[in-house]
Amino acid sequence: MGYAAGVGKTFKMLEVAQDLKAQGVDVAIGYFEPHSRKDTIAKTEGLEILPRKKIEYRGSVFEEMDTDAILARRPQVCVVDEYPHTNVPGSDRVKRWEDVEVLVDAGINVLTTMNIQHLESLNDQVRQITGIRVRETIPDWVVQDADEVVMVDLTPRALLNRLERGVVYGREKAERAMQNFFRESTLVALRELALRETAHEVEHRHVNGHAAAPAKEGSGGKPKQHKILVLVSADPESAMLIRRAKRVGDFLDAECFAVAVQPSGDLSGLPQSDRESIERHLNFARNLHIETRILEGEDAALAMVDFARRNQITQIFLARPRDRVRLPVLGSDLVQRIVSLAKDMQIVIVSEREPLAR
Amino acid sequence: MAREISRKTPEDFLRECQAEEAAVAKGRLKIFLGYASGVGKSFRMLDEARRRRERGQDVVVGAIQPKVPPEVEKLLQKIEVIPLKSFGQDSAIDVDALIRRHPAVCVIDGLAYDNPPGARNPTRWRDVEELLKAEICVISSINIQYVAELREQIEGITGKQVRQTVPTAFIKSADEIEIVDAPSEQPIERLPEQQADAVKRGQQLSKLRELTLVLAADVVDHQLSDYLERHGIRQQFGAQERILVCITPRANVNEMIATARIIAERFHGELIAAYVKQPQTSAADQAALDEKMAIARAAGARIEVLDSENPVDALVDFARSRGVTQIFIGHSQRSGWWPRILGNPVDQLIRRSKGMDVRVFPQ
Repeated sequence: MGYAAGVGKTFKMLEVAQDLKAQGVDVAIGYFEPHSRKDTIAKTEGLEILPRKKIEYRGSVFEEMDTDAILARRPQVCVVDEYPHTNVPGSDRVKRWEDVEVLVDAGINVLTTMNIQHLESLNDQVRQITGIRVRETIPDWVVQDADEVVMVDLTPRALLNRLERGVVYGREKAERAMQNFFRESTLVALRELALRETAHEVEHRHVNGHAAAPAKEGSGGKPKQHKILVLVSADPESAMLIRRAKRVGDFLDAECFAVAVQPSGDLSGLPQSDRESIERHLNFARNLHIETRILEGEDAALAMVDFARRNQITQIFLARPRDRVRLPVLGSDLVQRIVSLAKDMQIVIVSEREPLAR
Repeated sequence: MAREISRKTPEDFLRECQAEEAAVAKGRLKIFLGYASGVGKSFRMLDEARRRRERGQDVVVGAIQPKVPPEVEKLLQKIEVIPLKSFGQDSAIDVDALIRRHPAVCVIDGLAYDNPPGARNPTRWRDVEELLKAEICVISSINIQYVAELREQIEGITGKQVRQTVPTAFIKSADEIEIVDAPSEQPIERLPEQQADAVKRGQQLSKLRELTLVLAADVVDHQLSDYLERHGIRQQFGAQERILVCITPRANVNEMIATARIIAERFHGELIAAYVKQPQTSAADQAALDEKMAIARAAGARIEVLDSENPVDALVDFARSRGVTQIFIGHSQRSGWWPRILGNPVDQLIRRSKGMDVRVFPQ
C-alpha cells in the first residue's frame, strides 16, 4: 500500500520476491509495469516473467496479464503489479483484482500493489484532498480479504525529490504532475490517509484473528449489534452515501442494507434516466457486498422508517439535501421527516465533501 | 471563540517568524520509525546515506548498531564512520569529533540509547539535538517501543519493561518521519509447541505495528496543519476523522459517547465533546451538564465549553475551525407548529453543517 506513484511499491514488492526466491520459493512475475524506471527493472533480474496476453480492441493491441498462463505455470508466489487496474474490454474479467481472486482461489500466493486513492470507501475524501475523482477503484472487502497489508512509506519531500530528478516520470510529465496531484500538501494528506488505513487494516487483522490466530468469540455467529439502512435514489449523491455508510458499517461491524422506495415497488414507472441511475446505484451497493431492496410505498419517509422498525435497523443513512433557495415547504423535506419520524434510531446525514479551493 | 478564524493575530505572526528562524538555524532531522528490530531501519538509513553521497552530499556515520546484517555491512563500507567514544565499558557518539568534522549529513542509529556516565549528555537524542544545533542534518532511527508517552501501552502489550525512551515531542519535532513497515506474520514453519508462542508474538507485533502507523499518522497530521498554517490555508483536509459530540442537559450521553468512541478508535480519529453555555441555565440543568461532561472526559474526549447566544452557530463555527468531520447531536424534543415550519435546532444544524456528517441520536 502506498500513497502515490513513485514511493517504491513495485520496488519493495520485487525485493520481497527476490528474498523469497533466494529462500527457494518458486516465484514468477505475472504482471509488471516497468514505467522505464531503471532501479525497478534491475530488481526483476533473475525472476521469471510470464508472457502477457495480447488483446485487440478497436484496432489497437493491448497487453494484459495472462491469468490462464499463470494458472498453467502454477508458481507458489506470483507478483502482480497495479491491483486496481481495469482490463481492456474483451478480457475475461473486468478488473485485475478479479484475476487475482482466480489465482488465489487456485492456491497461488499473490503479491500486489496499490495506492490508497483507489480504495472505494475513500473516494470522496480523496476527491476532497486532490480535487480528482478517481474512477478506478477497488472495493474495500477485496483489500480486507488480503492476508497482509504493508505500507510502503516515503516522505513527500523525498518523493518530490525523486520526481524532480525524473526518476518517477519523464521530465515533462513530472512538471505537470507537480502542479496537480503531487503538491506537497496533497501528498501529506494522502500519506496520512494511507497510514491510518494501514493501521486500520492491521488492527482489523489482529482483532478478527486473521490467519494464524485462534478464532475468538464473536467472530462467528453472534448477531450484529448495528444494522444500517441506506436510502438510495437517482441523485448522484447516492454513490458517496453508499461508500460512507459501508465504511462506517465496516468499522462498527454492522450489516448494511441499501433500499430505494417506489410507489409500485419496482422501477418500471420511472423515466429511463432515473431508472438507470437507481439501478446503477443499487448495483454499486451490491458490488460492495451490501444487500439491496426496492420498497413499495407512496411516502418514502414512512416506508423507510417502517422497514427499519421491522428489520431491527439501528441507523439510517441519508444524503444531506442540496442547498435550496426557497424555504422548506411543510413536510416536503425527506430528511427532516425521517428525523422526526424515527426518534428512536440514529440518523446519519451524510454530506458531500467538496474539493478544497486552491 | 472561533469566529474570526481567518485573521492572523500578532502571536500567529510571531510564531511564524520563530518557526522560520528555527528552520534556518538548525540541521534537518529525519527519523525512520519501525515497530520492531529487524524490520530494516538500518538498511533504509544507510541506503539513503548512500544515495545522498552519490548526489554529492558529505555524509558520515556517527553510530550504527554493533551487529548488522551483511547487506548493511556492504553499504557501510562505502561511507566514512566516526567511531564511538569509550566511557569505561560503554560508549557514546563522539559529539565533539562530529562537530569538528562537520559533515552535511550524519547517520545516528539507535536514537533511544542512554549514554554512559561521563558522557556529554545523558541520552543519545540530546546528542542529536546538539548536532542539529550545530547545523548538521541527522538521519536517525527508533523503534516504537522507545517512545516515552507510549511506554505504558507498550509494556501492556509486550509485558516487558522499557528503560530507555525518547519524548514524543522530540520525534514530532523531526522534519521528516518515515515508517519502515513489514508484515507482522512470521512465515517460518514451527514446532507445534512453539505455535502458541508464535501466535502470541504475532499479535503483539501487529499491535505494535498499529501503534507505529498511528503515531506516524499523527506526526504527519501535525506537519500538515503546520504546513497549512504557514501557507495561510485555514481549510481542513479531513484526512483524520474528528468527532464532535454536542452535549445538552438531556442528551443520551452514554450512547453518544459509546458510539463516538468506537468510531474514533476504529478510524483512529479525535474525539471532542462540547456544550454551549447559555444565560438561563437552571441549577439542575447545569448539574446534568457537568455530569455528562464528566462521562465524556472519562471516555477520553477533549472538552470544550462554547459561549454564545446561538448554540447552532456556535457549534457549527467551532466544528469548522477544528476540522470536525462528524457532529453527534440528540434528537430534538421540541414540537409544535413553529419548529415544524422553521425547523428545530437539529434541522438547523443539518442545514448549516455542509461538508460534515451529522449523526442524530435518540434521547
